[in-house]
Amino acid sequence: MSTTPTLEFRDLEVAYTVRGIDREVVRKVSFSIAPGEAYGLVGESGCGKSTAAFAAMRYLPRNGKITGGSILFEGQDIVGMSTHDISVLRRSAISMVYQNPATALNPTIRIGEQVAEVFELQGFSKSDALAQVEQALIKVQIADPTKVMRRYAHQLSGGMAQRVVIAMALASNPRLLVMDEPTTGLDATVEAEVLDLVRKLRQESGTAVLFISHNLGVIRHMCDRVGVLYAGALVEQGATEEIFSQPSHPYTVGLLRCIPRGGLHKNTDRLDTIPGTPPALGTHFSGCVFADRCALVEDKCRTTQPEMVAVGQSHVARCFHTDKAGSMPRAIDTVTVSVSQNPNRATTGTRLLDIDHLSKAFTQDGHAVHVVNDVSLQVGVGETLGLVGESGAGKTTIAKLILGLYGSDSGSHVVLDGKDLAATLGKRDVKDVGAMQIVFQNPDQALNRRHSVTRIVGRAVQKLRGLSADASTERAHELLSGMRVEATLHSARPVQLSGGLKQRVAISRAFAGAPQLVVCDEPTSALDVSVQATILNLLVDLQKQDGTSFIFISHDLGVVRYISDKIAVLYLGRVVEFGESNRVFQGPHHPYTEALLSSVPNIDGSIRKRIPLTGVIPSPSNPPSGCVLHPRCPRMAGSGVEHLCSSAEPALTEVEPGHFMRCHIPLDQLRTVQN
Amino acid sequence: MKRFILKRLGLSVITVFLVCVIVFFLTHILPGDVARQYLGRGATEDDLQEFRRLFDLDQPLLSQLFSWISDLLQGDLGQSMQYRGPVTDLLLPAIGYSSKLAAVAFLIIVPISIAGGVISAMNRGKKIDRAITVGGLSASVIPEFVWAILLVLIFGVTFQIFPVTAFPRRGDRDLLTQIWHLVLPSISLLLVLFGYIARITRAGVIEALDSDYMRTAVLKGLSRRKAVLKHVLRNALLPTIAVIASQIPYLIGGLIAVEIVFNYPGFGTILKGAVDARDYSVLQAGVIISSFVIILFQLIADILFAVLNPRIRQKVSE
Repeated sequence: MSTTPTLEFRDLEVAYTVRGIDREVVRKVSFSIAPGEAYGLVGESGCGKSTAAFAAMRYLPRNGKITGGSILFEGQDIVGMSTHDISVLRRSAISMVYQNPATALNPTIRIGEQVAEVFELQGFSKSDALAQVEQALIKVQIADPTKVMRRYAHQLSGGMAQRVVIAMALASNPRLLVMDEPTTGLDATVEAEVLDLVRKLRQESGTAVLFISHNLGVIRHMCDRVGVLYAGALVEQGATEEIFSQPSHPYTVGLLRCIPRGGLHKNTDRLDTIPGTPPALGTHFSGCVFADRCALVEDKCRTTQPEMVAVGQSHVARCFHTDKAGSMPRAIDTVTVSVSQNPNRATTGTRLLDIDHLSKAFTQDGHAVHVVNDVSLQVGVGETLGLVGESGAGKTTIAKLILGLYGSDSGSHVVLDGKDLAATLGKRDVKDVGAMQIVFQNPDQALNRRHSVTRIVGRAVQKLRGLSADASTERAHELLSGMRVEATLHSARPVQLSGGLKQRVAISRAFAGAPQLVVCDEPTSALDVSVQATILNLLVDLQKQDGTSFIFISHDLGVVRYISDKIAVLYLGRVVEFGESNRVFQGPHHPYTEALLSSVPNIDGSIRKRIPLTGVIPSPSNPPSGCVLHPRCPRMAGSGVEHLCSSAEPALTEVEPGHFMRCHIPLDQLRTVQN
Repeated sequence: MKRFILKRLGLSVITVFLVCVIVFFLTHILPGDVARQYLGRGATEDDLQEFRRLFDLDQPLLSQLFSWISDLLQGDLGQSMQYRGPVTDLLLPAIGYSSKLAAVAFLIIVPISIAGGVISAMNRGKKIDRAITVGGLSASVIPEFVWAILLVLIFGVTFQIFPVTAFPRRGDRDLLTQIWHLVLPSISLLLVLFGYIARITRAGVIEALDSDYMRTAVLKGLSRRKAVLKHVLRNALLPTIAVIASQIPYLIGGLIAVEIVFNYPGFGTILKGAVDARDYSVLQAGVIISSFVIILFQLIADILFAVLNPRIRQKVSE
């Protein structure tokens, strides 16, 4: 084994200058990556992982600088290297792939030319470079490289764009590949494909990888060793298996505990949280960086900085209590919310919402595009319906149709509590509007940044409840306090709040009209896992107390499984499977559901055989004949019903009590092939 | 793409037509009788009748509009009230002169302003950036005719580097001399437009410099200079083109004032003469021509924008 690591951080310190003051974002971080090794860095937002990744490329923001330590690439310090030398290194030995592949590509230059640039830098002539591009694109499994080369970035799907970026990064045969959240924002099935590709390319090339992700499942599947960052400091490091099976720093333990993992359900398990909030950028610590949020904190922790302690073979943790961390007390926020007496409780039995033959066609260039196709679903009182499916499946459109933000096509019915609602919001009365509300993914964009928190919630109360201004304000305070937004923050503006608090305000606003049903559209996707846990707990509390029903949209199947009573799986605007949450997750599954579930890298480490979906999601403007899934279906071949699949669209039928599926393959046959 | 151009062209034609109609009604419906306005209080009823007959003012409004527009389509802009000759004879040479001035001004203003914006963006936050931004903004608040007078006083009269008029003497009209005479007027327009164009360019370049694709380019190993040339400028100049096109009306407005100060026999000077003499037919024609030019440049800018931006190009070709 080679003795020189490919990349080594030695006591690296990075600071950002904000308003004239240097704020530490990376604190004496040391780790090394051997040739061919994949090293993962995890942590929540603001912990410095991306900064560390860009530091490895020696590419920091304008206000960032390396204030101490060194970065060695194959033994050579790159901190003091000249701009020219670092450019040479970037074009020949180290490459990077990052989040948002769509913006990483130049919008006005053809893909082929952009990738060719890398080869030209290596001295190829223009025509030779273009020939090389074709090979490079084939290597990342792009089926039709010449076609892709002629395209522009906006003409590629997210997965395709990320392949192009990866092809570009690998074009120089790098010895180190830095990947910063390479699959964040991609659909689960696409993510799985990209990760498979990276794993395969690594086996072929033996490139060392620095892999950054907030997704512990992805890290577990991709990396040999893992480092956990908190507040810019490395708090734990070791072989992946050991970190996940024997986490020894209280932060790592907490992080793993707040994730809704397979099998947990709101009815039986409350999610753990990590109390407190992460420290502000550049906070000075005299003791342990995690002391303020740690369940095991002692006086010593606040005054003395713990050293890295060995807890296993090549497994270290920066804590005085590594022995106790694994068994530290659970952190459950038991303070329940109090929103108090919902006057709008459903009156007719247990069925709250009936969606009947819901359809929506948009007109695009004179053609009708059927985005939602004959969707019928029911939501009971106090029940959560989870909507899952890849992007473009119609999840958000269905939510907007139910809320009346889009008008549904004729023949569609949305029946709330026995009342057939008008198609569009403008024609519904205030009480019906208040009865169904929405919480959006991004509270930053959903809350008016010019208004105070009280005003945002108060206005909603005033509108939806018809209360006077004073009474509304009072009710707003009650609601906010009930959602545990402290009174001192009620006059704050959204920008002064953290992401989790903003989402609490957005939830308060949604509850202003005492709703019977709240649509949550990816409410925790923009939040860290520890904050996600508190928001999910809050939603569950609200439901238990008021009998509020939820329609919950999320791409995170763990979250959906945890919070949902029923699940509807959507594909191309159609419900392909619908039933009790447990049924849908345990199977037998619809072939599409099966593929979707198998593509999620879970943190439990159980290896599941991935059932790949081949090809791309077809466009709703030109859906395939027969069953819309059949060109990609993993179970059609050999099923004996192929002729049906390609000619007739299957109906949504009850395959077992309370379990609906849209598939020609008999249930028992699915059960057999899936076991 | 063809369809897009045709559609835009069609829209432009409709706009030009509407402008014609509006201009016609503005001059004919406004209170006050054109004949009385032109001939003054001393005119007798017979004089007025004669004048109306001469300029078709005694016809019904709609037939006046019809004949006026059909004349326009044939390139006949009507008769000048003041000179009693075809307006075209009066305006065509003037437009020729103004185009020369506009061309020289454009060639001076656009590269200098864009360069200023790029330099400013590349040196964000540094002294040179602040100098360009603050200087450009300060210069643009002073109207072009004030600049023109100041420039004439300083460079024409005191230092005598540039000629004080924009029009060379007879017998001394080779191309270079002509251009040399147009430099000072152009600079006064430059001073007004520089700040705005440079600021928009700066914003575009900064956005492109901070973009993810610029980061990609640098991390690929491109030198900063190459990355800027290849990846930044094309993207950054897209919004600038639209801005420059939108500045054409200001340029025309500025030309009028500057021509008068520099005693240049262009379009502006003729128009001013027409205003002084209440020569309605010349004024009408002048307004039509300038709107035509503005609409034309907007059309060119739209098409250029689409050609340079693949996202729009693709959309319009679908």
